[in-house]
Amino acid sequence: MNARITHLFGIVVVLFAALVGFTSYWSVFHAGALEANRANKRPLLEQQRVRRGLILARDGTVLARNKSTGSGANKFYSRTYPDGSLFPHTVGYNYVSRGNSALERKYNDDLTGKANEIQTAFDELRGKKREGNDLTTALDPTAQRVALSGLAGRAGSVVAIEPQTGLVRVMASVPGFDLNAVPDNFARLVRAPDAPLLDRAAQSGYPPGSTFKVVTAAAALDSGKFTPNSVLNGKSPQTIGGVPLSNFSNEQFGDITLTDALTHSVNTVWAQVGEKLGKSLMYKYMNRFGFDRKPGIDLPPDELRSSGVYSNGKLLGPSDAIDIGRVAIGQERLQVTPLQMAMVASAIANGGHLMRPHLVEKVTDPDGRTVRRIKASEDSKVMSEATARSLGDMMSKVVQEGTGTAAALQGINVAGKTGTAEKGNANQAWFIAFAPVGAPRVAVAVTIEQTTGQGGTVAAPIAKQVMETLLRGK
Amino acid sequence: MTARNRELLGLFPVAALITAGFTAVYMARSSDLGSVSLTYGGIFLALCLTVHMFVRAKLPDADPYLFPLVALLSAFGLVLIYRIDDTLARQQAAWFVVGIVLFVATIYLLRDIRALQRYRYVIAAIGIGLLMLPRLPGIGAQVNGAYLGVKAGPITFQPTEFAKLCIIVFLASYLVERGEMLVLGARRVLGVTIPPLKHFGPLLVVWGASMFMLVFIRDLGSSLMFFGAFLALIYVATGRLSFVVAGLVMFVVGSWFFAHTVHHVQERIDIWLDPWNDPQGSGFQIVQSLFAQADGGLFGKGLGQALLNLPGGAQIPPAPDTDLIYAVITNELGLFGAAGVVLAYMLFAERGFRVAVMSDDGFLKLLATGLTAVFALQAFVIVGGVTRVIPLTGVTLPFVSYGGSSIVANFVLLALLLMVSQEARAPRAAPHSPVVTR
Repeated sequence: MNARITHLFGIVVVLFAALVGFTSYWSVFHAGALEANRANKRPLLEQQRVRRGLILARDGTVLARNKSTGSGANKFYSRTYPDGSLFPHTVGYNYVSRGNSALERKYNDDLTGKANEIQTAFDELRGKKREGNDLTTALDPTAQRVALSGLAGRAGSVVAIEPQTGLVRVMASVPGFDLNAVPDNFARLVRAPDAPLLDRAAQSGYPPGSTFKVVTAAAALDSGKFTPNSVLNGKSPQTIGGVPLSNFSNEQFGDITLTDALTHSVNTVWAQVGEKLGKSLMYKYMNRFGFDRKPGIDLPPDELRSSGVYSNGKLLGPSDAIDIGRVAIGQERLQVTPLQMAMVASAIANGGHLMRPHLVEKVTDPDGRTVRRIKASEDSKVMSEATARSLGDMMSKVVQEGTGTAAALQGINVAGKTGTAEKGNANQAWFIAFAPVGAPRVAVAVTIEQTTGQGGTVAAPIAKQVMETLLRGK
Repeated sequence: MTARNRELLGLFPVAALITAGFTAVYMARSSDLGSVSLTYGGIFLALCLTVHMFVRAKLPDADPYLFPLVALLSAFGLVLIYRIDDTLARQQAAWFVVGIVLFVATIYLLRDIRALQRYRYVIAAIGIGLLMLPRLPGIGAQVNGAYLGVKAGPITFQPTEFAKLCIIVFLASYLVERGEMLVLGARRVLGVTIPPLKHFGPLLVVWGASMFMLVFIRDLGSSLMFFGAFLALIYVATGRLSFVVAGLVMFVVGSWFFAHTVHHVQERIDIWLDPWNDPQGSGFQIVQSLFAQADGGLFGKGLGQALLNLPGGAQIPPAPDTDLIYAVITNELGLFGAAGVVLAYMLFAERGFRVAVMSDDGFLKLLATGLTAVFALQAFVIVGGVTRVIPLTGVTLPFVSYGGSSIVANFVLLALLLMVSQEARAPRAAPHSPVVTR
């Protein structure tokens, strides 16, 4: 009988060995696959146990912070946004129920302190709790408020960039929403016909109208085919791309210089310039300005839109059938984002150097030490410094005596360009600008959808106020 | 060294474990727990010493390792339950005291363990009665589709925990008497040994009872545990592997049949085979168990460190204090911690079978074998369920899971094993033995 009892123990050993074997399989050998399983909500829930990093404006204003519930091992953090309607599209939201967006999404690893796995493991060994790193952006709440109140509820967008660094100071999109309302009102926000969740600054493609003439002008001057004093005839209408094209209000001009043609935004002149430059040269400069690809800004790529000539949702290239004369004056099927137009103004302001736009200046750990600083980097050299200077002078004439006088600032030389694209019965009003000419510290793009006003009357005043706030603020 | 001193020595690692365990949980949650909680460890150790002193007095020669192993597992369970819910830990501690009282009462009242043999039919009847209690209207309580609990006022108790003791006592006493006849009276037909129906009948009754449990109280896990212990005893008593094979075949056929006719059993098996079919619904428990284990890895998250309580008040894995406590162990203490727990059960089984081997009384031999087998099988059924070796069913992990019935019944099981051990190891009265001097 004793031998049989020993056999029985042998069976027990085998059974228990199977238990250890299966436990090893689940906990070690198959653990990676289980952790990646879509049904596994642990990683998401685990993130809630980490004190997420703050998102700050340059002046120290807290744009995103945490509130905690429970205590000890049951302590969970969730997001709260002190002024959730100020930068909703740029800061983004982060909720377990809705996922995350914008900066909250792009910098999730930094915000959850996950950026450095080895350091995390080391800290855990020392019993140090994982904590998220803070983001300091270059955003300016005061100027953002000025932009929002300038838009005054009209759908549109304002983007302001520091030309030398590419740092984004203002990024406004109207209609907006309150980040704190996302968990409860998400479905309503998604369905709303005025699309408040859409970041018009980086995701909406609008016809740029005459603001695009500065792109044409940059190509014209920098290629050496024209000078600011080149003379063309500005009568209206003229046949462009086989179809008659008129000036605004069918205004007639005789032989005029390109400088004057920009000051008064003469369509027929710039359309001729475009046709003379041709598609490939136009595209060369458009590409240098950042068209036809998503901007390198630190937002999730799928929350960005490329600017360019679209057909059925696809970007067209120089080999496609395009009326380049009309592209040159911002018509045709050109669709641009306010961010792209701010980049255009910024590149001219910065002596032809297009800096990569970015929002976050530095990442700091909870003790305030800088983890990393995001350095300014050049996206492309669009044009020579001389071209940029000439173009800037041309644009300052626009504000001094042309269509953009509403953007003039007392004692500060402003360079700008208006744009008014007709869309059915309403206008897409634009104004792009930078200031002060000579030593620019801000470049801006303003657009308003579905307005009866024009770029010079409705968009320029907002640009003026935003630039004034940013220039006086420092 | 005497057996009892060895036992005392064995309690030292338990003291270290419970102190370290409570300290770890305390540190992980220091913000919301008073330092009062640290006295739990002290009280637990005092209780262990009380048991030790009692055993020293009443069963001086009994196996010295069984109790320290039980104390180890209990300490483990207490720390884990404390980590999961400190209110439950207080109740578990109270049940631990009740278990010790019953342990003492068993040893004190049952002076001669062989006396159990005389009441075997009464005991069997009590066992069957206990199994049927959960289906009685008014007091039966259905949990997750199985009828496992009995409600008496504020207390829910699980009669299967006690029934398993009754059935083992009955089988041991029956088989010691009739086991030989099963073999001797057998005829061989076509190479298969067929035992005489007269002697085999009662065993068919036990098989029937297992199947009955499957259908009547719908508990796959308990019937597996019962039937496994039954086959173990048949094998040890008769030495016929063919009986075991025949029994297994009968069980599998029976299970297969009921799996196709009883919805609850079928569902359990379907979930086992494919939990990913509905990970948020029927497969939720096992899937969360696997996720928790994956989260633990080799060394675990550390006591009190893993994600368990969700903001809404829910817990993952569900039932962390009972069915899925092994998943929590793997989560917080890793593969090493979990393997340690399995090893503790294996060592308990080794000591239990050793008690059986050392006993020279047939009944006591089978009794110790049966008790050890049912204990080991219970651990296997629940850990196997949690790790998807077998379908997951609601059986407690002995001495570790939260649950009064389990603690108390298993303390009685320990008392019986120690009593058998005392019988086996006690020096025989040997009046004529010469004193050897050199």
